[in-house]
Amino acid sequence: MNKILIANRGEIARRIIRTCNKLGIQTVAIHSEADGDLPYVSEATEHVLIGPNPVVQSYLQGDKIIEAAKAHGASAIHPGYGLLSENAEFARKVEEAGLIFIGPAADIIEKMGDKIESRRTMIEANVPVVPGTENGVATLEEAIKEAEAIGYPVMLKASAGGGGIGMVRCDSEQALSQQFVSVKNRAKAYFGDDIVFLEKFLPNARHIEVQIFGDQHGNIIHLFERNCSVQRRNQKVIEESPSPNLPQDVREKLCEAAVQAAKAVAYTNAGTVEFIVDENNEFYFLEMNTRLQVEHPVTEQVTGLDLVEWQLKVSNGEELPAQTEIESAGHAIEYRIYAEDPKTFFPSPGTLEKIIWGQDARIESGYEQGNAVTPFYDPMISKIIVTGEDRIDALRKSQNFFNHATIAGVKTNIPLFHEFIESPEFVSGDYATSTLSNWMEKSKEESGL
Amino acid sequence: MKEVKASMAGTVLNILVAEGDAVSAGQAILTLESMKMEIPVEAEAGGKVEKIHVEVGGFVNEEDTLITFGE
Repeated sequence: MNKILIANRGEIARRIIRTCNKLGIQTVAIHSEADGDLPYVSEATEHVLIGPNPVVQSYLQGDKIIEAAKAHGASAIHPGYGLLSENAEFARKVEEAGLIFIGPAADIIEKMGDKIESRRTMIEANVPVVPGTENGVATLEEAIKEAEAIGYPVMLKASAGGGGIGMVRCDSEQALSQQFVSVKNRAKAYFGDDIVFLEKFLPNARHIEVQIFGDQHGNIIHLFERNCSVQRRNQKVIEESPSPNLPQDVREKLCEAAVQAAKAVAYTNAGTVEFIVDENNEFYFLEMNTRLQVEHPVTEQVTGLDLVEWQLKVSNGEELPAQTEIESAGHAIEYRIYAEDPKTFFPSPGTLEKIIWGQDARIESGYEQGNAVTPFYDPMISKIIVTGEDRIDALRKSQNFFNHATIAGVKTNIPLFHEFIESPEFVSGDYATSTLSNWMEKSKEESGL
Repeated sequence: MKEVKASMAGTVLNILVAEGDAVSAGQAILTLESMKMEIPVEAEAGGKVEKIHVEVGGFVNEEDTLITFGE
């Protein structure tokens, strides 16, 4: 592998370029019209204007991207996360074009991208799944009947969904009746497939995921867990490893279950197995993400490994280190900085007139001061990863960082982090997926008094 | 004649009214998807939907006219 094309943008493109530079691999960046001034474009060895601003005309133009890779003499394509990263058809076309797709085989992406199929695969592999329907529910009558059997509240989900889109919590038959058609329509609009299914909604649950890796020699290892329970709109905003409030025996079982899940599909390259963990530390398979995650730096900080480097090595046929060689030390927390209103979460595009960061953190940023956050793409600006000897140390450094961090020009969630990370809810480590929204409600009421 | 314009660039996720419909102020008329967020668009005042300028799945830029209302 001498040259790779990065079929992505922003911080993840930059992140991949950095590892390629370290390994002496040349890079080809692709960009839309709006993204031409972003740092990743000039940092790549070569760059190509791939199309107009909307993603369907640029970053989702699979055939054009493959053509660009060939024209520039790249031998592999790294898809990053989002965009085409979990598109099995694209992965297949890349391979058919004689290029290496840096990720799992297309049939694994396909199988795990279908949430109903992935649940079925895990049941067969004896990995516990969230109680729910075995197949899709085609009609409202069927959904109501199934929901009765599962018991409310239920989550109504798109089988082709992901990224927090296409899922709604329904507390009653009335809510399910109201939401059924709209979730089906959203599923069709976003994912081109309107199959939906039901899962039991587990209250006070945590979202804990395990980083896994597979190579072409049949080795599958885990790189420990990440707790991603601090969420808004079913999307993660803070992730940390190790997970607080998780007994060691449960951690070991969770990591073992993740390896079992990966073995069930003969997984290759980097992947993540997501679990829901309830108050009694019972855990259930949620889904498998067949790509590098946004929050992968958390794992890198505690294991000392470069996951992008391992993706490239595994794609090149190299063998993974043994499980016993993988160790986790210290504590890492990642904060996703978004261009959005910290109270309503509505996106806030604009020019980053000023960026001031704090000290002592790893910063993965898609933008620098003066760049514009345009309304065409995900509003994430940067990721801040703070590493400490232990959680207390990491929290202290985080508080110090957010005492100094400020961005002018667009609204960001920095003020939210500044307050939330000092809350008893977060400091205690005893938090669930509902904690952030509950805390915001509480803060709103208190400030209103 | 009143117009409803897009407050930001995005994709039209759904259209909740049809031409000829009477709508009241504050009624949700369509949903835009932008930056992974669904943004409801509401009618500022009541009226009759005269023309829908966009279609589901289409991309709109900020300030593009979405719907025109008659009296």
